[in-house]
Parts: sequence; C-alpha cells; structure tokens
Amino acid sequence: MTRRNNIYANVDWISILIWMLLIVFGWMNIYSANIMNGDGTILDFSQRYGKQMLWIGVSVVLIVIVFILDAKFFPFFAYPLYGLMVMMLIAVFLFGKEINGAKSWFVLGGFQFQPSEFAKPFTALALARLLSSHGFTLKSKRSLVLAGMIIFTPALLILVQPDMGSTLVYFAFLLVLYREGFSQNTMILGASLAVLFIITLLTDKSLIVLGIWLVALFLFRFNVGGKKVVTGIFIPGIAIFGLLFAANYFSGMKFPIYHVTLAAFAGASIASLVAALKSRQPAMLKILVGMFVTVLFVVSVDYAMNNLLKEHQQQRIYVTLGMEDDPQGVGYNVNQSKIAIGSGGFAGKGFLKGTQTKLQFVPEQSTDFIFCTVGEEWGFIGTSLVVILFVVLITRLVILAERQRSHFSRIYGYGLLAVLFVHFTVNVGMTIGLLPVIGIPLPFFSYGGSSLLAFTLFLFIFLKLDSNRLELLR
Amino acid sequence: MNLFDNRRYVFIVFTVLIGLVFIVRLFFVQVVESSYKVSALNNSQSHVVVYPARGLIYDRNDELIVSNQAAYDIMVVPNNVRAFDTTWFCNILDITKQNLEERLQRAKNYSWRVRSVFMKQVSFDVAAILQEKMYRFPGFSLQSRTLRKYARPVASHLLGYIGEVDKRILEENAYYAMGDYIGVIGIEKSYENILRGEKGLQIFLKDVHNRIIGSYEEGKYDKPVKVGRNMTISLDADLQEYGEKLMQEFVGSIVAIEPASGEILTMVSSPTVDPNMLIGRNLGETIRKLSADTLNPLFNRALMAQYPPGSTFKTINALIGLQEGVLHTTTSYYCDYGYYYRGVHVRCHTHRAPLNLVESIQHSCNTYYCNVFRRIMEDPDYENTEEAFNHWRDHVASFGFGEKLGSDFTNELKGNIPTAAYYDRYYTSGHWNFLTIISMAIGQGELLITPLQMANMTATIANRGWFYTPHLAKEIEGEPNIDPKYKEKHYTTIDAAHYEPIVEGMDLAVNGGPGSTARIAKIQDITVCGKTGTAENPHGEDHSIFIAFAPKDNPQIALAVYVENEGFGGTWAAPIASLMIEHYLKGETNRTWLEQYVLNGNTKKKKNEEAAQGTEDTGNEEEG
Ligand SMILES: [Zn+2]
Repeated sequence: MTRRNNIYANVDWISILIWMLLIVFGWMNIYSANIMNGDGTILDFSQRYGKQMLWIGVSVVLIVIVFILDAKFFPFFAYPLYGLMVMMLIAVFLFGKEINGAKSWFVLGGFQFQPSEFAKPFTALALARLLSSHGFTLKSKRSLVLAGMIIFTPALLILVQPDMGSTLVYFAFLLVLYREGFSQNTMILGASLAVLFIITLLTDKSLIVLGIWLVALFLFRFNVGGKKVVTGIFIPGIAIFGLLFAANYFSGMKFPIYHVTLAAFAGASIASLVAALKSRQPAMLKILVGMFVTVLFVVSVDYAMNNLLKEHQQQRIYVTLGMEDDPQGVGYNVNQSKIAIGSGGFAGKGFLKGTQTKLQFVPEQSTDFIFCTVGEEWGFIGTSLVVILFVVLITRLVILAERQRSHFSRIYGYGLLAVLFVHFTVNVGMTIGLLPVIGIPLPFFSYGGSSLLAFTLFLFIFLKLDSNRLELLR
Repeated sequence: MNLFDNRRYVFIVFTVLIGLVFIVRLFFVQVVESSYKVSALNNSQSHVVVYPARGLIYDRNDELIVSNQAAYDIMVVPNNVRAFDTTWFCNILDITKQNLEERLQRAKNYSWRVRSVFMKQVSFDVAAILQEKMYRFPGFSLQSRTLRKYARPVASHLLGYIGEVDKRILEENAYYAMGDYIGVIGIEKSYENILRGEKGLQIFLKDVHNRIIGSYEEGKYDKPVKVGRNMTISLDADLQEYGEKLMQEFVGSIVAIEPASGEILTMVSSPTVDPNMLIGRNLGETIRKLSADTLNPLFNRALMAQYPPGSTFKTINALIGLQEGVLHTTTSYYCDYGYYYRGVHVRCHTHRAPLNLVESIQHSCNTYYCNVFRRIMEDPDYENTEEAFNHWRDHVASFGFGEKLGSDFTNELKGNIPTAAYYDRYYTSGHWNFLTIISMAIGQGELLITPLQMANMTATIANRGWFYTPHLAKEIEGEPNIDPKYKEKHYTTIDAAHYEPIVEGMDLAVNGGPGSTARIAKIQDITVCGKTGTAENPHGEDHSIFIAFAPKDNPQIALAVYVENEGFGGTWAAPIASLMIEHYLKGETNRTWLEQYVLNGNTKKKKNEEAAQGTEDTGNEEEG
C-alpha cells in the first residue's frame, strides 16, 4: 500500500506516449484538411482544428480527473454509469437531433455531443464488473444471457438511431468473452454466420445455396465415405447448374435459378436423408442438419431483407455494404480516398502541401476519412507509422491487461483493446478499399470531440487501473 | 483460467497480421501502383459535377405543364483562385470591384475548399462568353442549373416550386451542395427524389495552365448522371385554370376528386400566384413579399385551412343514425323554426314540415338533425353518452376526418374531431350530454375539416361508402406502380345501402324544385347531387361551402367549394361547383349568365363596402 503515491512510476508511459503521438499527428492532419490560405490562428474555434484543440484540452482535464479518482471508483460505479448511459441513449433517440439521417446527437449551444461514443467505455466497465463478479461462469446460460444483455442493449439502441457502424463495434466485446473462456467453436460458428450473412447480401443467393450444398457433399465424401451418393448427385448437379448459369449470364436468358436450386437442394437433401437413415451414420445426419440450418439461414436473411425491411432500410444496408451508391456515391468516396492516398507516394507531398482539392468531394474528410490526408501529405512513411502505432498500442494493451491481478481490470482492458482493434481495422480497411465503407472514426485521430473524449476516457481509465494493479486484487 | 491464458497470443497475432496486411496494401497503393498517382508535373484534377435535368410533369391529358429552362451559376473555389484580370471579369458581369471582393469574401466564409455560388443565374449570353475564357480564371467555373418553366400560369400551390437548399438541408443530407435546388413544397417536394435525378461527376486532368487536357483515367472514376424521371399527375390543367378563374374574385378553395380512383383533378386555393413568379434569383424576395400579404397567396387553403363543415356534415350524422339503427328513412320530425330543449335554441329557416329523412337533406333542416343527434347520443344500446359518443366518433373518423388523409402533400393538416376525453376534461366526466355538444349536430362547434377532407367525404358519398386516399401521382417513369397506399380501398363503417337516401336528398337539394337549398347548381342533362353548408366564423362573416358530385349514378367528379366570408353556401359556392362540374363533364358551358355572375363576383358588394369603410378588412383568421 505504500506505493500509492508512486503513480508516475506505475503508470504505463509507453501507452501515454503513443496516445500523445496519435493525438498530435491527428490534429496536424485535421489542421491541414481544414486550413485556409495561411490566415486564421490555431485556436480559431469556428474551425475544426480550433475545436479539436479545445477538445484536446478538455481531454487532458478529463485525464487528470480520472487519475485523481480512486481506482476502486470504477468497479464500484460500473453499473450506475452504465445505467445512466443507457438512459442517455434512449433520450437521444427521443429528443436528439438528426444529422445525416441518424438521430444520434444532442446539440448544446454550438456543440454537438454524441452519446453513442461514450457508451463504449461504460459498456466495457459494466461487462468487466459482471464477468469478474463472484460465481460468474461463462458456462452457465444465465450468465451468458446477462453478458449478452449488457453488450447488446446499447448496441440495439444505437441501431435504431440508426447508426449501423457504431452498432457493429459492439461485436468487439464478444472478443472479450473469448479471452475469458467462451467456447472457441461457438465464436467460429458465430463469425461464419456473420460472414455468411454478408455474403448473402452481396452475392447471388443461388450460388450460396449451391456452395453450401457442395461443401456438404465434400464433407460426406471425406467424413462418411458415401461415394455413391456423392457422385450420383454431384456430377449431374454441377452439369445442370453450369448450363443454367451459362445460359443466364451469357445469353441473357432468365431461368429462375434460385428456385430451381432450392428445389434441387430439397430433392437432393431428401435423397441424402434417406441414405443417412438407411446407413445409420450419425455423422451424416449431423452434416445434413448443419446444411439445413445454414440454407435456412440464407433463405431467411434473403426473405427478411426483401420482404420485411422497408426500401430505405434496405438501401441503408446495401449502402453500408458498399453495394449500392448512396446519393454522393459510397464507391466514389473510396475511389477518391484511394486516389488521395496513392498520390502521396512514398514520402508524401509534405505537411499542408496536399493539392488534392478533390477531397472536397469526400464529405468526411477530417472525420472518417482522415487517413486520406495522412496518405497524401505524409506518404507511405506516414501511413505505415500510424498503422505501426496502433499495432504497438494494441499489443501493449494486451500485455498490460495480462499483467493485471484483478479480473475486473483485465476484462476492462480487453474491452478497450478489442474496441480499438475493431475501429482501427474497419476505419483503415475502408479507407484503403479493403473493407466496405462503414462510417466509424479512427480513434484519437479523427475530428470529433465526442469520439476523442470517449476514447481518451476509455484508455485512461485502464491506465489508472493498471497503475493501481498491485492494490486491486479482484 | 490458466486454461485460456494462451488466447492472448491470438489477439497479438491477429493485430500484427492486420497491421501487416495494411502495410502491404499501402505499399502497393502508394509506392508500387502508379495508376493512383497524378503525374509528377503537378497536373491536377478537375471535378465537374453534372447536374441532371429535372423530371417533367404532365397532367392527366398528357399536357406538358412543367418543363425546364437552363440557367448558369458562376461558382468559385477560393483556394484555387489565382491573380486574374479583374477589370475584364467585372465588366462582363457588370459588377464593381468592391462587389467582386464582397462576393469572394462570402464564398471564403462558406469554405475555402468547397465550391460555392459566386453569382447566381447569369444570362445565357454572359455564360456563353465566359465559357470560352474560363481557363483564364482559375478557381471559377460555370455551373448549369435547371429552372422550371410553366405552360399555364396556374396550380402553383399544388405543383410547388424549387428553391436553393438551406443550411439545415445541407447539414442533414449529404447529397446536396450549396447552390443546389430542391423541391420546397407541393409535388416538387413530395416527389423530389424522383424528379431530381442524380448528379453525375466527370474528372478531368488539367495542366499547369489550368487547361483541361483529357479525362482522368479514361473516365474510370466518373459517375454517370441520372436524368430526373418524368411524372404524370392526375391534375386536369384545363379544369384547374377554369377553377382559378372562377375563384379570382373570392378567397377560398376548390378541391375536385375523381371518386372512382381518388385522383385529385383540381386543387384551387385563392388567392393564388402565377408559378412563373416563383422562379429565378429574386425568389427569396418574392416569397417574403407574398408572405407579408394579409391574404398570404402562398398559404394553401385546400390543405391547411380548417373550417367547421356546417350543414354538409348533416349527411354524416344521418348516415351514422341509420347505421346505429336510431334513424330510419321514414323517420319524420316537425320543425317550428328551430329546436328547443331545456333553454337551448337552435334556429331553423322557413320550410314545410314535418320532413322525412330525404327531405331533411333537401331542405337542410336543423331541427331534424338536433333530434337525430340526440337519438345517437342517447342510444339505449350504450351505457352512457361517452360510450355513444365514442361510437359516433369512430364512424366519423372512418371518413378520414381528424387525421391526415395521407395524400402526396407534405403540408396537409388533420383538422379536428374532438374526443370524449376532451369533453371530460372540459366539463368533467359525466357532466356533459348531447345538449352540451348539440352544435355538432349541424356541423358547427369544435369540428374542423380541411377542404381536401371535405372533397374526400363527397367522393365517399358518391362511391356509397368507400374512398381511395386522394392523391396526385398517376404515373412515374421507371416505376410500374404508384405507391400501393393509393390503391387501397378504405371502407367507412356505414353500410353501402344507407347511402341511397342521402344521395337522394342531395339530388333533391339541387333538382327538387322550390324550397330546395341548391337549385342554382342544377345543370341540364346532368344529375348533380349537392349539399350546401355554412361554416360559422367567429371572426367575421361566415364561410360558404358547397359539396357536390355528378352524375348521380356513375359519378365522375366530386368536389368541395369554399368561399370565405360570403355567408350562405348557395350564393357563390354552389354556382362555382356547378360550373366546374359542367366544364369537366361537357368541356364548356352555355350558362354564360351564371359564369358572368360568378366572374363579376361580389364586386358590387365590395364596392359598397369600400365606399362605406374605406378599406375592406378580410378576416381570414381560419388559417390560424
Ligand atoms: Zn327545420
């Protein structure tokens, strides 16, 4: 307990250094993206860089407050803070202001405030509190349901705003469950279903059903050895669908492939089912059930998408997946983003030298697409530096989390690094055209007071917990 | 727990892996692939936004009523402006150097990097000269815009107009840029997404002299423009023009609907404005001026004025009485110049007595409907007045009253049908009965109904019990069907058979000979069914109402006519409705005397009043 005052020695200066580098470099890019021809001071609060400077100042105050508070404050108040935040999310849905189609902002004076950003650290606190409580085990169904509720209550409230991007971030907390011992197979299954979901929206449904069918047949072939069944269905099936697809794609015919596929699938399944029952092989039945469930999943996703959602909701999802142009053209933004980044070359054009006035067409130039400015002005050196900073920060946080004695601190730390990981991956991935455009900010880097403050709070609560790791035992 | 400690490495491996993937990708994009790079000569790109032509609007007879005309805005990106020949520039634009500075400053205040309007709608000649020399003025560009052109000077309320997007829209919708046009009201607003099309984009390469040297990457990143889609609306432009002409001496509105389809044929709101006035760079000022007018010509009375329905509402009370079984076609009541009960007196006019149901509509007897209303509210089938009232209200609501009808106008109002809860609050529960609310027996009191709702009620009676939501959209290019909600039949809670005596009464009101209230609406060869009404106006003279449909069997048109501050419905509203019906069904009228009577309108009366009071004060407080 004598170490209590020795906060400077205990705090992790590596993380703080990276935080500082990201904040400063981020601000420089926001400045460059918004600067006029020379005039205007750094503290011009009518400009974004001025506002961001103000937010950086507020962040520092916030850090001081976090460090003054007793470390036990956070586990103790985890639930009340979480409850307060859920109420804020409900309030913003009822009384908030709609900007760009999402009702996710409070407006106070000249400032806008986005509660969904702050929901992330508070969710992490509540989840850490729950998972570290006595007698909690991920093996019990009840505990799992509770954890799910803590994670997805804010996610649902944000989904109805609707803010699809921020909602997706909540899946990061599932990674925390994974670290705490949640079944690996379930995680993989969940991830596969998510991928299947996206593929269902992105590609031809008949191809997917066909794909599932083929996978199942291969499993038969290698696990069960039902050679006759496989060759009997496999070869004619491939031939027929090959012909149908060729007819549709090359000669502009319009065979209802989807329905034919489903019908053929049903026929083949019955044949396999009979074969499976006859040969009394449980492995074969398992594969069949798996196959049915996945096809059912695909068909119901497709049905829900086309029949249950209103047109504008469908539109929103397709736009998020980058399939359909939004009014300004999502695909267009990505191209612009790539052009800007590419034009930077190896060493970049230099600070404030970015001539790509074309960036005016990327609306989120200093928020979601700030990485473009880095690419254009600082080149490959700048972009890879940012990537490395994030990789080092996240791995450093893994190490810090693992050295905690208190479960609460470790789980919270994993919540933090998982959310950072998802934000970093999705944001940079989208800017360089590897992932669909999902509008979420680059932590510490993008313009925006709510995001900056929330992430700073998120990080420094953990650094505070870490600096007290020798006292916090549970 | 130790069991899962190794999972930390999964996190580390994934993070490092993603980092590597990103760095490799960035290396390719930034260092290896040259296609993303703009050439080393510092050539720059130029983005040209291509604006689509706005969709055209046709009326139901395929007459082109709204088309486009080109205009040019001069745009500027302050960041790109270099030294240029200001004298020549100012001369051609006919502005002073000081004005040039002001305009540039305004653009800078908006943004240094984002294009904004430097000068709106320069003439075609100026645009042609500038086009040639534009390369000498870096940072400036010409932007073609589409303005509207109207074939007839009518229907401005219904068509609406387009105007520049305001700050709020810019903030909320990323599609629009400063200086863009958007439908502000009417059809232009409701169908903005159809009519506007989608902006396209062309990317060019420019050399150091700011000259275009070709398209960037062979147009790989260009975005094709999507032309606005045309639409056909159900408006009959000819009838609309006639309606506006008939109403020119009056304040009020006409709404005509085709009962079989719910299509709006005409929607007049008087006074009105020539839509051609709502174009061009002085739009803002024009709007300000018009809004300052006490009669506000921009106020759409057809959708937004809410009046008590007056005697036209007797048809509804009769239908409810029949449906509830408290009234029969044979029911007769005696009338001695009014209805007297416990000190309450509702007056009635001279007519023969007693009257049966059909005659009560024909003569519009107040006493009769006070009795009917009492029977409805004191129906022994229900426990108390409140319950009876709630049933009555449900019937009324089934006609589309008290809620927005859901037409394709965004500024429709819902009127008012009071609830039992309202009276419970006002008089406390159990302390009100039919007598408290007797004024609703004859369509006065708290009832408020818009002309559109009234026209819809008329169409519903014409259809004997159902309606389609009134709408203007008829065909939209590229869409097989209009909104399915306009194809959905809404049935009232009244059985079809009960409508016959009401229709009979409305027939007699027009064609029943002496004593009928609307004989002036009679047309040779066409059986017009109609009902007069007077909306009490606490602020001035009452408003005159007439509803009618024709022909009696197989109705083609149903309409409601409102004339403000002109008293009894038979005086002006009925002849106007009659002329409208005749014009629509026959294409012309040979009753020029009646036409002249309406067109000269109340000029005589006006002159007298003006002589008496100097200026006339037209109280149109109904618009609240
Ligand atoms: Zn009477």
